[in-house]
Amino acid sequence: MTEGPTRTKQVVNDFSMVVATVNGSGSQTSNLALIRALFRMGIPVSGKNLFPSNIQGLPTWYTIRASSDGHTARRDSVEILVAMNAATFAEDHAGLSSGGACFYADYLPKPQTRDGIIYYPMPIKDLVKEVNPPRDLKEYVANMGYVGIVSEMLGIDHEAVRGALLTHFRGREKPVELNMGMITLAAEWARNHLEKQDPYRVQADDQTAGKILIEGNTAGALGAIYGGVSFASWYPITPASSFADAVREYLPQLRKDNGKNTYAVIQAEDELSAIGMAIGAGWAGARAMTSTSGPGISLMAEFAGLAFFAEIPIVVWDVQRMGPSTGLPTRTSQGDVMFVRYLGHGDTKNVILIPGSVAECFEFGWRAFDLAERLQTPVFVLSDLDLGMNLWMSDPFDYPEEPMDRGKVLTAEQLEEIGEFARYRDVDGDGIGYRTLPGNEHPLAPWFARGTGHNEQAVYSERPDDWERNMERLMRKAETARELVPAPIHHGSGKARVGLIYYGSTESAVQEALERLPDRPEIDALRLRAVPFGAEVKQFIDDHEVVYVLEMNTDGQMHKLLQLEVPQQAMRLRSLTHNNGLSLTARWIAESMADQAGG
Amino acid sequence: MATSVKSRKAKVNVVGLAKADYKGRPSTMCAGCGHNSISSQIINAAYDLSLSPHEIVKLSGIGCSSKTPAYFLGRSHGFNSLHGRLPSLATGALVANRSLKAIGVSGDGDTASIGMGQFVHLLRRNVPMVYIIENNGVYGLTKGQFSATADFKQTLKYAGLNPFMPVDLCMEALTANCGFIARSFAGDPKQVTELIKAALSFDGTAVLDIISPCVTFNNRDESTKSYGWGREHEDPLHDVTYVPKYEEIQVDYEAGETTEVRLHDGSAIVLKKLDEEYDPTDRSAAIQLLEQARENQVLATGLIYFNPDQPSLQDSEQMIERPLSGLAADELRPSQESLLEVLEGFK
Repeated sequence: MTEGPTRTKQVVNDFSMVVATVNGSGSQTSNLALIRALFRMGIPVSGKNLFPSNIQGLPTWYTIRASSDGHTARRDSVEILVAMNAATFAEDHAGLSSGGACFYADYLPKPQTRDGIIYYPMPIKDLVKEVNPPRDLKEYVANMGYVGIVSEMLGIDHEAVRGALLTHFRGREKPVELNMGMITLAAEWARNHLEKQDPYRVQADDQTAGKILIEGNTAGALGAIYGGVSFASWYPITPASSFADAVREYLPQLRKDNGKNTYAVIQAEDELSAIGMAIGAGWAGARAMTSTSGPGISLMAEFAGLAFFAEIPIVVWDVQRMGPSTGLPTRTSQGDVMFVRYLGHGDTKNVILIPGSVAECFEFGWRAFDLAERLQTPVFVLSDLDLGMNLWMSDPFDYPEEPMDRGKVLTAEQLEEIGEFARYRDVDGDGIGYRTLPGNEHPLAPWFARGTGHNEQAVYSERPDDWERNMERLMRKAETARELVPAPIHHGSGKARVGLIYYGSTESAVQEALERLPDRPEIDALRLRAVPFGAEVKQFIDDHEVVYVLEMNTDGQMHKLLQLEVPQQAMRLRSLTHNNGLSLTARWIAESMADQAGG
Repeated sequence: MATSVKSRKAKVNVVGLAKADYKGRPSTMCAGCGHNSISSQIINAAYDLSLSPHEIVKLSGIGCSSKTPAYFLGRSHGFNSLHGRLPSLATGALVANRSLKAIGVSGDGDTASIGMGQFVHLLRRNVPMVYIIENNGVYGLTKGQFSATADFKQTLKYAGLNPFMPVDLCMEALTANCGFIARSFAGDPKQVTELIKAALSFDGTAVLDIISPCVTFNNRDESTKSYGWGREHEDPLHDVTYVPKYEEIQVDYEAGETTEVRLHDGSAIVLKKLDEEYDPTDRSAAIQLLEQARENQVLATGLIYFNPDQPSLQDSEQMIERPLSGLAADELRPSQESLLEVLEGFK
């Protein structure tokens, strides 16, 4: 009672809490209960699951950040530790910030204590004994012990916890009551046996009213559904499986016709087949997609080239993870940019959309189909594990404000009126031909799709002029794409000398960093949302003396792409990369920018 | 004048189309290639059945065989896809539009080597389509390498000696639970036509493994993929006649000499007994037949296995009958109210 921490100022709604557990021990329900409870109390939160590529037994960490300023990026410091894993306790404890709180299961061997850390032992096993849950639920209930104790010590509202559990169990009272039994008991024990000594606490706020808490994969899947996805094929892969799971979860309630499905979701035998099916469906006129991650993209290269060259609309949703090769399946990265841009042998250039938030995952989920059908080409959406598998706060998603764009598809009636048809003729000068769908009964309608060289009539041709004319048209189409893809987002006055270009899930960290950075030198920022780059990107580079390109891969892939596409200003572009599997922190960005500016 | 016009007017079928309306572009296969014969039988079958060309799609992989869809059914949509990948493409296309009849043409390289995985999974899912393998035991376009169906210890000029046992695609189809498995010979056009017609009426994957000699690289009489060997060793299981649903089955045969197999659309295959009794609905008998044909080095042709009782992929997926391409925007995009409701779950 006489020592430091108690006298320090209270820190309200501003901390990073790490829950260290063992993979497969059922702690996810507990962690989600905590984060959702904070969210229900109106406190801005974000959650990050750092998990191993393993079913059971390896360490896993769940980080909950509460931020009264509304920041949602990962933070370097940890103020509260909930230690439930003996194997990592020492290391986790060493990483705790000075003045932090250490909750630990009392059966764990305790490391050498540190000055300035507040320790709270948790008698988890005794509490479980008292609750006496069914044997198969023991581990789950045990994990609710820390929910109760931490809630009590931080001041998390029990009703908020109950509400969180109701959300988790979809309104089923029985599991909620079982878990609340443990939580109440644990909280009561804490009230009677622990003395609050750390400065961290929570207090109801009003910053989350009307907001939602959702993962990017779910958001993207919902976006695809509101974009009219009718065919989705996939092959299980971390971190993209939950995208297909969400598609399969929501389609049945949203897309039925007299009890029958107006869609199909097929689990393929591999990614070759997954994209092949989507292309078949896209050719036949369905809004078709596949979802995958880097290793799947590698397998899809062959078919991607076919879809590009035969000009078949499909959407490929890539939730990026660490590569090369199998890499780190459960860690985040932005390493597929260059590969996807040119995926396919020969002169292939693909359209890429890059969401920077869960709201954009939803928006690009539907917009990708409009673009794919308008441009008659594969559209790749590059999300990543951090955005896709972690919980993010967001305003509710906007219903698509534009009518669907089904692109240039000729019906039998239109063919009758026009009286002629050539699949790959550039009638409108935008590089995009008209297509007909199989089943069109007009005798002019049929064309023979192929990956081989072809003339305007889609007939096999080895003539040099046919080849050149076709590629020139595809280049015109690429120019059209430049104008149709989502424009970048500007931040700053536009008058600064220094510019920062970034994209994707680094958005939250960059926004926080921009607030942290000193006012001078001023920085303008531009968040890319698509490749190819529109005129605004070139303008931004032209307008700044130095432009940093920030990304999470080792090679500086977007930096290189920009140098290729804006070669006149290549020397102004400086690469700023960080790639260790963890998402960026505002501190790292601010310090790196300051270093660069200083140097 | 009038008579000359009349004399030039071609015979037409029920849908008012002449045989020429089912033809494609001129073939670029070698003269005498078995594949040309099969293309002709596809044209004959479609014409005889009075199929509307827009109801058919042609799909293929890569290789000589896969080029042939350009040479038949010129008034049907088609897709010449990737090596060994026609099954996945077909799966997506037929799920998107189940009213289409699909004819896939593949080869032994396309199916038994690079495409074996997709082939097996196509059958496992029972995607309704005719899957023809124009089997010649050799890679033609790349000038004569062995394929996976080449004969054990066969010698070819370019490739030398083949030390491996051949893949039997009918046996592969059997183990993958395919419900319509036939083997035929490009030198037996009547049987090929009847089998194609029957396959087009089957609501599931129908595999036709057709020995189709490569006259340039693998047509020496000792090769089991040659015309000479086929003519010498073909041993039809039965005489196959396809009977459309609008025709009465004419019983020309003595009772007990024929078996009738009903297809999904009400049509039937009449199998006339030849030398020995063979029941194509008996799976064990089919396995035994293929084993014996291999041991005795005969080309057993006809309907090897038949099982119409497996659901098609679209039925397994409980899909609507209408093509997904025909769904209107308001059928594709759920309502604004539904979005608000869904998002409530994330608050």
